[in-house]
Amino acid sequence: MSHSSENRGKDDRGKRELSLTVNGKPETLRVFPMERLLDVLRGELGLTGTKEGCGEGECGSCSVLMNGELVNSCLIPALQAAGTNLTTIEGIAEGPQLSALQAAFLECGGAQCGICTPGMILASCHLLNKKPEPTEEDIREGLSGNLCRCTGYRQIFEAVVQAARRRVSA
Amino acid sequence: MRSDPADYELIAPGNLQAVVALLADEPGKWLPIAGGTDVMVLYAAGKLPARKLVSIWNLPELRSIEISPEEIRIGAGCTYTELHEHEIIAREFPLLASAARWTGGIANQNRGTLGGNIVNASPAADSLPALLVYEADLILVSGRGERRVPYLDFHTGYKKMKLQPDELIRTVCLGRRFSNYLHYARKVGAREAQALSKVCVAALGRLRGSVAGAVIDDVRIALGSVAPVPLRLTELERIAKGKPVEPQLVQLTRKMTRAAIQPIDDIRSTARYRSAVAGNLIAEFLEQLRGSGKTV
Repeated sequence: MSHSSENRGKDDRGKRELSLTVNGKPETLRVFPMERLLDVLRGELGLTGTKEGCGEGECGSCSVLMNGELVNSCLIPALQAAGTNLTTIEGIAEGPQLSALQAAFLECGGAQCGICTPGMILASCHLLNKKPEPTEEDIREGLSGNLCRCTGYRQIFEAVVQAARRRVSA
Repeated sequence: MRSDPADYELIAPGNLQAVVALLADEPGKWLPIAGGTDVMVLYAAGKLPARKLVSIWNLPELRSIEISPEEIRIGAGCTYTELHEHEIIAREFPLLASAARWTGGIANQNRGTLGGNIVNASPAADSLPALLVYEADLILVSGRGERRVPYLDFHTGYKKMKLQPDELIRTVCLGRRFSNYLHYARKVGAREAQALSKVCVAALGRLRGSVAGAVIDDVRIALGSVAPVPLRLTELERIAKGKPVEPQLVQLTRKMTRAAIQPIDDIRSTARYRSAVAGNLIAEFLEQLRGSGKTV
């Protein structure tokens, strides 16, 4: 998509400064207040691990943690993210080491095409932070806003169970 | 067609007084946006008519839940998560707590607000039948001050309501007087989370008299997704009061339910199915009420 320079000049006038913390790193950007947080993460910060599925809050592919709460980044205008602390899929690994959740998703076959996987992992992370020893019912409820069209969910639930077991025993 | 963010203005004054002053200065020009779970969907689809938005997300004045012996006052900006995790709401207003749990998935429950659900005025909103049977009051705020109105007749038609262009919903008040009632809630949809209801019911009831001769002392029934507005079945309630729960009454309530509702065929269901299910659910509620032991 190309804009003429005249258009770009006109467009940029509405931009505002936005400061927030993403995966522990303070960021200051100039964005349109109504830009979707999803687009800011992907387009401005290059964090393309966060996926767009439906773009209307139904599928959970764009899930991130905002101040520790699970949210759909496609439904958040950039301005409302000002001053918040965000965690995206890029902030889940512990350095070069996969987190227990990521490793469990790999081992259990919880990821196939991969579009839902970042959101599934963020939702699982949110669940385990609130309930370190979730029941099957807790897992189903915790992931109920995240749709997967490949795995049939069984492997994903197993991955969460396995990660929970390891985190508790670690 | 996706919206271009350059065409939109969004500001966040950060306190209620400033938002109210803005709405007073230019009534109808600013669209309040809280958690964005409805507004951003329209925006993404290029269907948001408003070009100027004011954020009311996280305004502290709209985020509190206050408890007095008589009532519980829920800030309109409280999220579904806050509603269903709140101990007193879960215990005394379980219909509202379960509706909050049924609305969207966790991520939407962390952002969607009770006030937003009321002003979005979807006939399929799960929390609204609960507010109808609990006979909630709304406190509306504007530059002209505050006024308290009953929620019962707040919605007047499809997406129409008694809210002035300079007003915001500030608080939802629920009287704490339903402890000895049977609370009945059912949602029928493709699945519990995320999917919108084909039909949803919220009902309250209690009996009086001895177990053998018990009659209905009080009953309140509301339905969602079966009319342009969430519907309270007041005529049916009037007829049912003072009667024992017998097959004739159940029969009559099915007939009256069919007459009271105006279901439509749409993407989620058919009018015929909705009508049959609404009748079945009310019959199920009455059966449960008969065996509930909830007696004055």
